[in-house]
Amino acid sequence: MDFDLSDEQESFRKVVKDFAEAEIAPFAEQWDRDHTFPLETVKAMGELGLFGLPFPEEYGGSGADFTTMCVAIEELARVDSSMAVTVEAGVGLGANPIFQFGNEDQRQTWLPDLCSGRALGAFGLTEPDAGSDAGATRTKAALDASTHEWVLDGSKAFITNSGTPITSVITVTARAEAGISAFIVPAGTKGLVVEPPYRKMGWHASDTHGLRLEACRVPDGNLLGEPGRGLAQFLAILDDGRVAIAALAVGVAQACLEHSVAYAKDRQAFGGPIGRNQAVAFKCADMVVAVEAARNLVYRAAWLKDHGRPFKQAAAVAKLFATEAAVTATREATQIFGGYGFMDETPVSRFYRDAKILEIGEGTSEVQRLVLARGLGLPV
Amino acid sequence: MNIAVCVKQVPDTASPGRLDPTTHTLERSGKLMLDPSDEFGVEMALQLVQAAGGGEVTLVSMAPHGEISGLRTALAMGADKAILISDEGLQGSDALGTAKVLAKALQRVQADLILAATESTDGYTGTLPVQVAELLGLPSITFAKRVRIEGQKVLVDRQTETGFDEVECPLPALVTVTAGVVEPRYPSFKGIMAAKSRPIEQLKVADLDLSTDDVGWHGAGQEIVSVEPAEARQAGEIVVDEGDGHERIVAFLEQLKVI
Ligand SMILES: Cc1cc2nc3c(=O)[nH]c(=O)nc-3n(C[C@H](O)[C@H](O)[C@H](O)COP(=O)(O)OP(=O)(O)OC[C@H]3O[C@@H](n4cnc5c(N)ncnc54)[C@H](O)[C@@H]3O)c2cc1C
Ligand SMILES: Cc1cc2nc3c(=O)[nH]c(=O)nc-3n(C[C@H](O)[C@H](O)[C@H](O)COP(=O)(O)OP(=O)(O)OC[C@H]3O[C@@H](n4cnc5c(N)ncnc54)[C@H](O)[C@@H]3O)c2cc1C
Repeated sequence: MDFDLSDEQESFRKVVKDFAEAEIAPFAEQWDRDHTFPLETVKAMGELGLFGLPFPEEYGGSGADFTTMCVAIEELARVDSSMAVTVEAGVGLGANPIFQFGNEDQRQTWLPDLCSGRALGAFGLTEPDAGSDAGATRTKAALDASTHEWVLDGSKAFITNSGTPITSVITVTARAEAGISAFIVPAGTKGLVVEPPYRKMGWHASDTHGLRLEACRVPDGNLLGEPGRGLAQFLAILDDGRVAIAALAVGVAQACLEHSVAYAKDRQAFGGPIGRNQAVAFKCADMVVAVEAARNLVYRAAWLKDHGRPFKQAAAVAKLFATEAAVTATREATQIFGGYGFMDETPVSRFYRDAKILEIGEGTSEVQRLVLARGLGLPV
Repeated sequence: MNIAVCVKQVPDTASPGRLDPTTHTLERSGKLMLDPSDEFGVEMALQLVQAAGGGEVTLVSMAPHGEISGLRTALAMGADKAILISDEGLQGSDALGTAKVLAKALQRVQADLILAATESTDGYTGTLPVQVAELLGLPSITFAKRVRIEGQKVLVDRQTETGFDEVECPLPALVTVTAGVVEPRYPSFKGIMAAKSRPIEQLKVADLDLSTDDVGWHGAGQEIVSVEPAEARQAGEIVVDEGDGHERIVAFLEQLKVI
């Protein structure tokens, strides 16, 4: 047993923490208010190597393990969920499918820019009428033998990083003759319509759009992986993504803990700090339990992946527990901050709005329970 | 262009430092980190070497307990190698004692340029670099806010209270840089991994042709006799603006004789 991260992982944690505090924290409130996608900061995260962290150097990555990726996402989320998910989605949903299932040509074409953060990739699985039930995909792909092109028709919903000024590529699932398959759609392809950004409850500095594919043609070489295996491939990708989202949740809960403890010591009521009251102090105590438990589940799931062991169940356990812990922590932190916790200028109010999606994206809590129950052999 | 950078490793700057109650020196038993002041020197060195089209950046540090974490950070930024001097006998060194050690180590590097910060974050006497220069018989320029190399000369914009002086001097020389002279880069993960294999030469006092009588408690010409806590700051005066705020501020400043 060894519960220590390596020296290099700890060093990089410190770098990301310093970066987040200096380059993100001072601006997060403003980006949230103005719904700004901060391009320069995203590029700076690219220079730090965040977007290529777990990929091999030959594609412009840093060759780090998945645990290091989780640590980095956790530190970003401690300061701002929007920037954390921009990296999480860029790596886990944008680049990872191309790295995992792409042929050498596709990898060489797309990965170097994605790894450097000069470009962002997105992943279009969800549709207006197919979310948890991703197998209900209605988008269609037909091969036009005369031009050797796939013709895509349909629509996608809630796609992260799909409409930024540097979005270069979107991989989408669509139903072809062989079954659901995955296709690489370069940004700007004729027939790919990026809808205006959604109005969201949180993640205001993260980019989310609906997409329409209207007789959108891509070369037949843009099929990603095996025909008919698109859904299975994407579901495999989601196992990584779940651990990464769980890491993001740990960062959020950690931030709530730190803000809550500081405020409970400082805020005076009835002649003393509010933290004198067990009702407040015990909320903080419960938060530290939630943070520790969640972090250990996340690191273990990441460790299993790094050691080539099965981690599907561990990923579902980590995602379910950590995201619910984060939502609870943001609610309780807001409570500890009282009226100020409801005001936009306190970070906890932003954390509260930003956290809810964690129980929904990359598989809802119900879907995690479904995965776990099925893993237990139950006939659900 | 070979550049040596003096880098100090200091206690975590986020938590308040503690003084040893008997020796009145700073507690250095915990893990130390790269002094944030020295990130500027390291970055400056990396940029100058790159601008010169090649060369090496060598770090030189004196620190207790064989501490290398701060050196690893600077190596992760891109420095090529490091020399660490760590020896029980160095405990209690004053600034001059430290300067003697660093000067000897720097002689082994034979750099074209030596960089240091204007003052450290923990001891901040701001005297060490010029003592090093004196011991090495090198010219020194302090408070650089801009540094360029032209041929065999270093050109420096030297910060003053009213503006800056343009100074030039022949190499080799020693220059101290101010915070903000350049924007230090964040080490990347690749840099951190690469730093693992960069050499750190570890030296003792005896390796430097010095005796423990020159340095440490024995060598120190100064002794901290006592330490008094600074007086707590008095509460400020709160001026409530009742339409006459500007007049009251002016009156207050006049009373201070600043306007
Ligand atoms: C901000 C944001 C960013 C996103 N980014 C992306 C992205 O980049 N790419 C992408 O493909 N998708 C993305 N999504 C989509 C997200 O993954 C889906 O919203 C999510 O999977 C849920 O699907 P749905 O919204 O269709 O909900 P539904 O599937 O309609 O679910 C509605 C409710 O029913 C429950 N439910 C459904 N089926 C069952 C069942 N069998 N048993 C019990 N309960 C069930 C769900 O848990 C949920 O509570 C994003 C969503 C948001 C909000
Ligand atoms: C509170 C306090 C008060 C002190 N007062 C005195 C005093 O009055 N007189 C005295 O002689 N000593 C004093 N010292 C001891 C002094 O700090 C040490 O001897 C120290 O090694 C050098 O001094 P400095 O940190 O003040 O260096 P500074 O002159 O402030 O440092 C300038 C730069 O020199 C370089 N540098 C400094 N130290 C090292 C190092 N060890 N390795 C590599 N590069 C280095 C760095 O680039 C640094 O930024 C004091 C220490 C403390 C903690």
